[in-house]
Amino acid sequence: MEAAVKIQDVKKTFDGKDFVLKGLTLNIPKGSLTAIIGFSGTGKSVLLKHMLGLFQPTSGKVEVLGTDMASLSPDELTKFRCNFGVLFQSAALFDDMTVLENVSFPLIEHRRKLKPDEVKKTAEEKLKMVGLDPKHYHKLPSQISGGMQKRTGLARALALDPEILVYDEPTTGLDPILTEMVDNLILDTHKHKKGTTSIMVSHDLAAAFRIADYVAMLDAGQVLLYGTPDDFYNSEIELVKRFVSKGMKHS
Amino acid sequence: MILFMTSSLRLLFTPPSRWQEILKHMEFIGNKSVAIISLTSLFTGLALSLQIYLGFKIINAVNLVGPTVALGVTRELGPVLTGLIVAARAGGAMAARLGTMRVNEQIDALDVMGVNTRQYLIGPRIFAAIICMPLLTAVFDFVAMVGSYILVVFIVDLDKAIFLEKIRQTVEVKHIMEGLFKAAIFGLIFGLVCTYRGFYTTGGAKGVGEATNQGVVTSMVMVIIVDYFVTNLIRIFYLTVGIQ
Repeated sequence: MEAAVKIQDVKKTFDGKDFVLKGLTLNIPKGSLTAIIGFSGTGKSVLLKHMLGLFQPTSGKVEVLGTDMASLSPDELTKFRCNFGVLFQSAALFDDMTVLENVSFPLIEHRRKLKPDEVKKTAEEKLKMVGLDPKHYHKLPSQISGGMQKRTGLARALALDPEILVYDEPTTGLDPILTEMVDNLILDTHKHKKGTTSIMVSHDLAAAFRIADYVAMLDAGQVLLYGTPDDFYNSEIELVKRFVSKGMKHS
Repeated sequence: MILFMTSSLRLLFTPPSRWQEILKHMEFIGNKSVAIISLTSLFTGLALSLQIYLGFKIINAVNLVGPTVALGVTRELGPVLTGLIVAARAGGAMAARLGTMRVNEQIDALDVMGVNTRQYLIGPRIFAAIICMPLLTAVFDFVAMVGSYILVVFIVDLDKAIFLEKIRQTVEVKHIMEGLFKAAIFGLIFGLVCTYRGFYTTGGAKGVGEATNQGVVTSMVMVIIVDYFVTNLIRIFYLTVGIQ
C-alpha cells in the first residue's frame, strides 16, 4: 500500500543527550485514518511536528507524499504545508476574526485569484459540511461553544481540500457527548473526503479503536505496535494489554 | 534578533503583499496613540517651559525660553518621550498579542496553513512602527510647543512676538529632521524587541506576562541608551559634511 507519510529511523534530541524519538519507523498508508496513541511523554506530538515540518529530525528521514521534508527550503516548506489541514487541540482559531473569516483565511492566503464572493461561498460550504448553523458564521470564537469551535477549526482545516488531515488530540478536555460528536465528525469527514489521509493523535482509546483503520502505539520514542484495532485487542505485549484494558475501562 | 528583523522586513517586499496588514498596524500604533501623545506632550511643553522660565528669570534671559524649549523638544524630548510612551502602549500590546497567539497555538496554525508567520505577523508590525514614530513625534513636537506658547504668552505673560521670532531664528529644519530620524530608529527598536519577545513566548499565561514585561522594559532602556549614541552619530555626521 502506498504511504502518505514515511518515517524512517527518526531520532530526535533537543539537548543532545536525551532522545525523545529513538529510531522511530512508521508508514501511514494513503487514504487511511490512522490513530497515534501512547502514554504522555512518549513523543506523539514531537512525531506530529516532524510530519508537519515544524521540527527537523536529528537523524533519519521524514517523507510526506513522496517528498523528503529535509530537502525543502523554508519557502518550499511553507508552500508544501498547504497539503496539510490541521485541527488543533484548542482549535487555535484567530480570536480577532469571525467564524466565517477564520475559514476564509486560508482561501484568501492561497487562492488569491478567487473573488471575495467565491471565497465566502467556499467557506460557507465547508462550514455546512461540518454542520455549523449559519447563525453562528458572524460570531467571534469567544462567542461560540467548544464544540462549535472544533467544527470551525475542522472547516478551516478542510478549506484548501488538503491531502492530509491531522487531528492533534481533538477530544482532550471535552465532555463525553462532545467527544462523541467530534469523533463522528472526524469519521464523517474522512468518509466524505475520499482519498484524504487522516492522522489523529489521541489519548481516547475507545475513539481511536472505533474510528481508525490503523493504530500506532508509541512507547519511549519508538513504535511499540502498529496494526488494526483487532491487532491491539489480540496483542500479547504486556504494555499494550495494560494500556488497552485501562484505556477501555476509563473510556 | 538582527536576523529575525532582517528576514521579517525582507519578506515584507516579497509576494504576497501585506499592505493591508501594515495599514492595520499603523492605525493601531499611530492613530490610537495620538490622544495619549497629545495629552502628555501638552503638559511636557507646559512643565518644561515653566522650569526654563524660572531658571532663565534668574539670569534675565526669559526671551530665550521659546527657542530653548523648541530645541529641547524637537531634538531630544519629542522623539525620546514618544518612543517611551508608544513602546509602553503599542509595543506592550504587540508583545502580548503575539505571545497569546503563540501559547494558543495560533502561530502554529498559521505555520501549518502555509503562511509565512514572519512576513504576516512581524514585518508589518515593525514597518508600521518605523513609519508611525516620526509622525507621532511631529504631533508631540507641535503640541508641546502649543503648551509652551500657552505658558509663555498666557500664564507668565511674555511677549508673543518675541517668543515666535526667537524660535524662528533658532530652530532649523535639520533640528526637526534630527528628531524625526531618531524617532524612526526608536520605532525600529521597540517594534523589533516587542515582536521578538512576543513571537518566542513560552510557558502559557505567565510567559505572555513575562514577554510583555521584558519587551516593554528592554525597549525603554534601549531607546534611552541608543538615543545617546545616535545623538553623537548625528553630531559626527554634521561635522563631517560641514554643517554647524
